[in-house]
Amino acid sequence: MSTVMEKRPASGVAAVRRRRVTGVGLLVTVLVVAGAASLAVGARALTPGEVWRGLFAEPGSDQRLTEIRLIVQTVRVPRTVLAIVAGVALGIGGALIQGCTRNPIADTGLLGVNSGASVAVVSATSLFGLSNPFQYVWFAFLGAAVAGVVVFGLASIGRGAGNPLTLALAGQGVTVFLASMTTAIALSDKESLNAWRFWNAGSVAGVGFDVIWPVTAFIAAGLVLALTTLPAINLLNLGDDVARGLGVNVALSRTVGILAITLLAGAATAACGPIAFLGLMVAHVARYLTGPDYRWLVPYAGLLGAVVLLVCDIVGRVVVRPGELDAGVLVAILGAPFFAALVWRGKFKNA
Amino acid sequence: MNATNTTDTTDVADVADVKRSVAPGVRLGHVSFVWRPWLVFVTLLLASATFLVFCLSISVGDFPIELPRVIATILGQGERVDKFVIMDLRMPRALAGLIVGIALGVSGAITQSIARNPLASPDILGITGGASTVAVFMVTVSGGAAAAVADSVGVSAAALAGGLGTGLLVYFLAWRRGIDGFRLILIGISVSAVMEAITSWLLVTADIRDVARAQAWLVGSLDGRSWDEVRVALWCSLALLAVVAVVAFQFRPLHFGDEVAAGLGVRYSMVRAVMLLCAVLLAGVAVSAAGPVPFVALVAPQVAMRLARFPTPPLVASGLVGALLLIGADLVARTALPVTLPVGVVTAAIGGPFLVYLLVRANLR
Repeated sequence: MSTVMEKRPASGVAAVRRRRVTGVGLLVTVLVVAGAASLAVGARALTPGEVWRGLFAEPGSDQRLTEIRLIVQTVRVPRTVLAIVAGVALGIGGALIQGCTRNPIADTGLLGVNSGASVAVVSATSLFGLSNPFQYVWFAFLGAAVAGVVVFGLASIGRGAGNPLTLALAGQGVTVFLASMTTAIALSDKESLNAWRFWNAGSVAGVGFDVIWPVTAFIAAGLVLALTTLPAINLLNLGDDVARGLGVNVALSRTVGILAITLLAGAATAACGPIAFLGLMVAHVARYLTGPDYRWLVPYAGLLGAVVLLVCDIVGRVVVRPGELDAGVLVAILGAPFFAALVWRGKFKNA
Repeated sequence: MNATNTTDTTDVADVADVKRSVAPGVRLGHVSFVWRPWLVFVTLLLASATFLVFCLSISVGDFPIELPRVIATILGQGERVDKFVIMDLRMPRALAGLIVGIALGVSGAITQSIARNPLASPDILGITGGASTVAVFMVTVSGGAAAAVADSVGVSAAALAGGLGTGLLVYFLAWRRGIDGFRLILIGISVSAVMEAITSWLLVTADIRDVARAQAWLVGSLDGRSWDEVRVALWCSLALLAVVAVVAFQFRPLHFGDEVAAGLGVRYSMVRAVMLLCAVLLAGVAVSAAGPVPFVALVAPQVAMRLARFPTPPLVASGLVGALLLIGADLVARTALPVTLPVGVVTAAIGGPFLVYLLVRANLR
């Protein structure tokens, strides 16, 4: 299945492992560098030394240092942390959903997560008159979670339990319905249309730690669940019958996988808007790099997701100064041509 | 393990396999086909239902006309008053619904067959994304060249050009010694993602009043169609459907894989390229007539497959389901709802749950 493996000499097992570990190390290094760059780059030009002092400064009388401290600690650190956390979550969610549905064009929006969150954002704005984006983060998360549960519940009724096709189509059906509700509400209420358009662009900026820590907790829970299902997903990709014959509880492992995806994608989407293309893209790139083994593919996808989202966020701060371009917009504009070029050269395989 | 068996491992397919093993073949001169009574029955039923809803959609309005009189007028009889109201005022809208529905349904069936993936639809071939981006650009950017173009050719025409341009771009980007379904959808998804990103960036930077207008256009609507617009769409779609009808006989074997199709004497690369081009153009026609009505192309083939108990999206039945969905949704939007909503909202609100209902019902059986 993997062209990568075929090119290797026959005694390749150790070499493959060494190469994969090196790859992880490389990605972590890139991520650390990007994280440092993310702290250093912004509307206000700061030297690395100033950033370093600002990171650890105590509130004091020095006005310039206080200013720097404010910029670094309340603007740049939160968005860097959120970009990494959400990028990991969306990358891993994207890889998992392709594994769970066995469909190479499944993305994290498939479970209704994005449309559920959208509906929640517009209804919260329209019903309760919320205007501050941080008040509707939790509505968005609730909407995403409810939509995910409904999709999975509908797909699990009767004999359909765990059938990937039923899941994908039920997800589409619910997504379709919720998206039309979003439009109906947004068209009749200008305030919610206004809230929705900003949320929909997808951004990691402006979210404080009071939101980031709970979101991170949900994502961490999703991460643990995801890691426990990886060996089973490898077997599920041999086909349900083979997996069952090898002793996998097919319905249980798919359920755990879907739950993990809902937690990961739901929390990330609530905090930074729908950036579903990120997950789809990095899942394919990760599969190209590692081959079809999900125990390697998923961590690669997570790291790649974090790197891509972080880099896009940094680029977004620089390109249209003094304004900013949303990270969600840039992920598509920068990532898609690169992705399409790889597709055209035939680098990707089916899930 | 790949997208192939996502379409083929359905329970529906099993049922159809059993049926096919006893289905007799029929040969009439150079044309041969398998006699499938249930498929024919469902198709005829859908056709009558579509005709009925079509007439109903014409009969309902501020000046109600009874169904028999509508049918008589369409068939060429009837009084002059009826003739004016029906043929001049209401026919364009109903006909636009019919054309858009059939075009989207057939286009979706072709796309899902070629991609061998039930999640594929012309939406991810870039037509919708490109048309939306251009339309939002036209609506939100005031002044300068964009406004001049918007005034002279209209938002719809510009959007059509954008949609077809993007669709053809995807088509040519995906071309590498022929069209491969998997490559096509991944390239289509990338291009659509770029278009969506640009659209959402335009929406974020625009004035909120323009955003509301753009959003209304993005949903798709049948309001205020005139004969001039509908006539163009009618002739284009008839020509395209004729091509599809001719090539369709060579299309079915593609489901067995390229090797088998080649063994059966099908020039699979050419057939796939022609059918796909037709799908892109049909979706373009639909966008020109009603804007980017979402989800019809995705839902209609899946619903048709399940109604007809057929293992692959049936072309005729998909088109009819699309038309039924669109005209029916337009009827509901005009009559049953307290607020006026664009037809696209209602097609999605009806089509999504109906697909879920069919899935759940199939699982419970």
